[in-house]
Amino acid sequence: MSTLNILIAVCATYVIFLFLIAFMAERAAMRGRGHWLRSPVVYTLSLSIYCTGWTFYGAVGNAARSGLEYVTIYLGPTLVMVGWWWVLRKLVRIGRTQRVTSIADLISSRYGKSNTLAVGVTILAVIAITPYIALQLQSVTLAFEVFANEAAAEAGTAIGQAQDQTALWVALGLALFTVIFGTRNLDANERHHGVVMAIAVEAVVKLTALLAVGVFVVWGLGGGVSATLERIDASALGHWQMNGGRWVGMTLLSAAAFLCLPRMFQVLVVENDDEGHLRTASWAFPLYLMLMSLFVLPIAVTGLDLMPVGTNPDTFVLTVPLSQGKEGLAMLSFLGGFSSATSMVIVAAIALSTMVSNHIVMPVWLRVSGGGAKVSGDVRHVVLLSRRLSIVGIVLLGYFYYRLSGGGEALTAIGLVSFAGIAQVLPVLLGGIFWRGATRTGAMAGLTVGFGLWLYTSFVPSFGAGMVFSEALLSHGPLGLYWLRPEALFGIQGMDPTLHALLWSMSLSTITFFVISLITFPAPLERLQAAQFVSIYQHTGGPRSWTGGVAQTEDLMIMTQRILGSHEAQALFQREARRQGLSGDLPEPTPEFLELLERELSGSVGAATAHAMIAQIVGGMQVSVEDLMAVADETAQIMEYSARLEAQSEELSRTARQLREANRKLTRLSVQKDAFLSQISHELRTPMTSIRAFSEILRDSAELAPEDQVKYASIIHDEAIRLTRLLDDLLDLSVLENGQVNLNIRQGRLGAVLDRAADAAMASEAGRKLTLVRKAKSEDFVLTTDLDRLSQVFINLINNARKYCDADNPRLEIRVFRGEDRIFLDFVDNGTGIAAEARDLIFEKFARVSDQRAGGAGLGLAICRQIMRRLGGEISYLAGESGAAFRVILPAEVAMAAE
Amino acid sequence: MGKRVLLVEDEPNIIEAIRFILNRDGWRVHTHSDGRDAVNVVRQTRPDVLILDVMLPGKSGYDILRELRTEFAEAELPVLMLTARGQMKDRELAERAGASRFMTKPFSNADMLEAVRSLAGA
Repeated sequence: MSTLNILIAVCATYVIFLFLIAFMAERAAMRGRGHWLRSPVVYTLSLSIYCTGWTFYGAVGNAARSGLEYVTIYLGPTLVMVGWWWVLRKLVRIGRTQRVTSIADLISSRYGKSNTLAVGVTILAVIAITPYIALQLQSVTLAFEVFANEAAAEAGTAIGQAQDQTALWVALGLALFTVIFGTRNLDANERHHGVVMAIAVEAVVKLTALLAVGVFVVWGLGGGVSATLERIDASALGHWQMNGGRWVGMTLLSAAAFLCLPRMFQVLVVENDDEGHLRTASWAFPLYLMLMSLFVLPIAVTGLDLMPVGTNPDTFVLTVPLSQGKEGLAMLSFLGGFSSATSMVIVAAIALSTMVSNHIVMPVWLRVSGGGAKVSGDVRHVVLLSRRLSIVGIVLLGYFYYRLSGGGEALTAIGLVSFAGIAQVLPVLLGGIFWRGATRTGAMAGLTVGFGLWLYTSFVPSFGAGMVFSEALLSHGPLGLYWLRPEALFGIQGMDPTLHALLWSMSLSTITFFVISLITFPAPLERLQAAQFVSIYQHTGGPRSWTGGVAQTEDLMIMTQRILGSHEAQALFQREARRQGLSGDLPEPTPEFLELLERELSGSVGAATAHAMIAQIVGGMQVSVEDLMAVADETAQIMEYSARLEAQSEELSRTARQLREANRKLTRLSVQKDAFLSQISHELRTPMTSIRAFSEILRDSAELAPEDQVKYASIIHDEAIRLTRLLDDLLDLSVLENGQVNLNIRQGRLGAVLDRAADAAMASEAGRKLTLVRKAKSEDFVLTTDLDRLSQVFINLINNARKYCDADNPRLEIRVFRGEDRIFLDFVDNGTGIAAEARDLIFEKFARVSDQRAGGAGLGLAICRQIMRRLGGEISYLAGESGAAFRVILPAEVAMAAE
Repeated sequence: MGKRVLLVEDEPNIIEAIRFILNRDGWRVHTHSDGRDAVNVVRQTRPDVLILDVMLPGKSGYDILRELRTEFAEAELPVLMLTARGQMKDRELAERAGASRFMTKPFSNADMLEAVRSLAGA
């Protein structure tokens, strides 16, 4: 009994020692002195929770049973660390930038912050890890049993069935430790320095223990390296034939488990302080694993040699030293195993409790408590309580599994069942961080299929025949369906059960995941998260997803206080307010701030819950075009789309401009149209006034002088002509406008047409003397058009110059030149020209820009424009000349036809 | 009688006709053809009756009349407004501007004479 008592005392001391270490590490970290806590060595050692009680005891047992196969358990992680270093780096980067709290959180966050997915992964993890925790309890119990048996043999008394009690005490002790150090901080993203430190110490203890036993075996018992090698060679283990398929399968499985196990994710990603630590770990951790496996085979061989047949090879690490009377060494070895088991349980419990609490308890509590995000009151105690209860629950669950399964299975087998279970997450995890096309639906489907198959082919059968599945079901399939036998699906028999389960579950779940992902369409948020995760190195900024301004900062503050605590929440808000340059404590709810807040909160309650809580206050989010632009691969597509939009909007604004222009013109025209009747009236009444007045004078005045009579009569005559001309113009314009004009097409030289026009224009008395400047040579070609109409235009232009040119010596230059397909005739005078704003009005009817009453009715240019239109040309005001300048354009055919 | 009429009108033939009609009746007729300085001309001429055309170069007859009516000295001046646009709108505009009488072109000589006489007598 004394050994057992000493053992218990040593155990207790060791646990107290661990408490102290954890406590001191926490203190140091709190005082900011814990730089050494964040060293790559500690990080690497903390990874050693991969080596659990299972590997500590089981590896030797495994070697004793299956030779070198135990190597696969170390090979997988080594390959991951060395070869898949970049995968880990990506995981760590994602974990840090997205403030991921667990593997369930990562997957939920990647697939559009879906809580359903998080719940799925959590349940899967709990179910898969429970046997593993049971395994640790079993290993500790087994070790106790070894000592108890030894003591009983010494004392000659039999010990009772104290195993269950031992397991319970161990379970409770572990739960206590985990609750104390695992739930000190709420923010899972804040490192658990105490726990990590304790784990690192335990890592050293277990390595030292195994190495010590190994050294004792090789040099103390085996007589040196060469003798030991000979002995290995001689034993059956040396001749063991390796099964290639199983090797590959096991290596794959352990690699997958290394990436997916919640506790590995916890230490690898969540507890990671610095991405650079991975670089050290990538060689140091394989080295650690190598040292751990170095003496496995010698211990196994020696154990098989020395120990009586029937001794459990899983306990060789303890029984070999004990049998040689080395109780101290055995004690050390026990502590090594104890360390392995406890560190695993602690971290697994922390990881699982975070998942359970964040994804199951908190959402349910938030819903049940009714108030949702806006109710005040600290929820931190709820979160902490739920984590603590989760920890106790998970550890007890492991205990009950241990009780249920009876601890009969060999350690390795249970471990492999666990590994195979958690490996179901791998396709979804890798797909999520490397494949943009992976969708939430695909992930759900893949996980469901993989999980279901694992339950059916591996987990449930692991309880043993008759526990859940009956003997008949196992050997003949459900309902007699032979091909559905859990351990020989689709008739594939004779395969290793683990490999069988792994093959079916992984392959079918992967296929399901890919196919469903391909045929389903991701939601915008999923797409955004996919881009964030897959291209984590490009997008270090968060997704711009919240639309600010709607949120009430106070509501956000209340909510944040509940989760982070008032002190931290206030500090966070004040910091942000200062950053925004505001004087108060409440910052503007900008999208950037909301994002930051979401990340902070997600560190405490997980991405999905944090997202839901903020959404409750902000009222929703929107994926802006800008966000989508960040989705690199789709950028080209979007750029094109946005270019199209831009072009459209440009066209719209152009149209709008044109419409505005047209409207302005119409308004002006409408005013003119309004004035048209009164203009006509005025133009007609003015000559009629003279005619009436003078005809009355002639009629009523008998004694008029003959010369007066002649004078008045000619006034009447002139005014009558003016009236006629006006009516002619109006009719002319009307005919031209209605397109009823008949053109009289003839041939003639341009020079001659201009001559005639100049003569006609100069003949009228009205207007001043005008000098015409022409270049005969340029006018020397034949035109085929309505020469009379063209001449009418020229006359009008020359007349206008005579009437309106305000230079001292009015001069009109007529420049003729021929372009590619048109003939240009510019009429430029040396006056002051026409104001820019009037230029587009002068071609309208009755538009008279000048104040001077020049005798015309204001129809001349309107008629000219109509004529030029009929002739296939145009007339316009020529800007850029100093004087009034008109350009007459004729189509080139008019000239070509004649030549 | 020797009363004076100022005719502000830009159409030469119409000026000639009105001048003839009024001269024959014994009026002295002053004429002016530009709207811009018409108000000044009225002030200087101080006619007994003003005949004012609406469509004048530089300034409309309405504007000239409005300006005159704001001046104390010319507030009572009898003004005969002439317009070539015979619409109701123009008549209203003229009345509002303060025209004593409104006449549409073309007019009969007798009407013109009667109008000037009655304006001068009033």
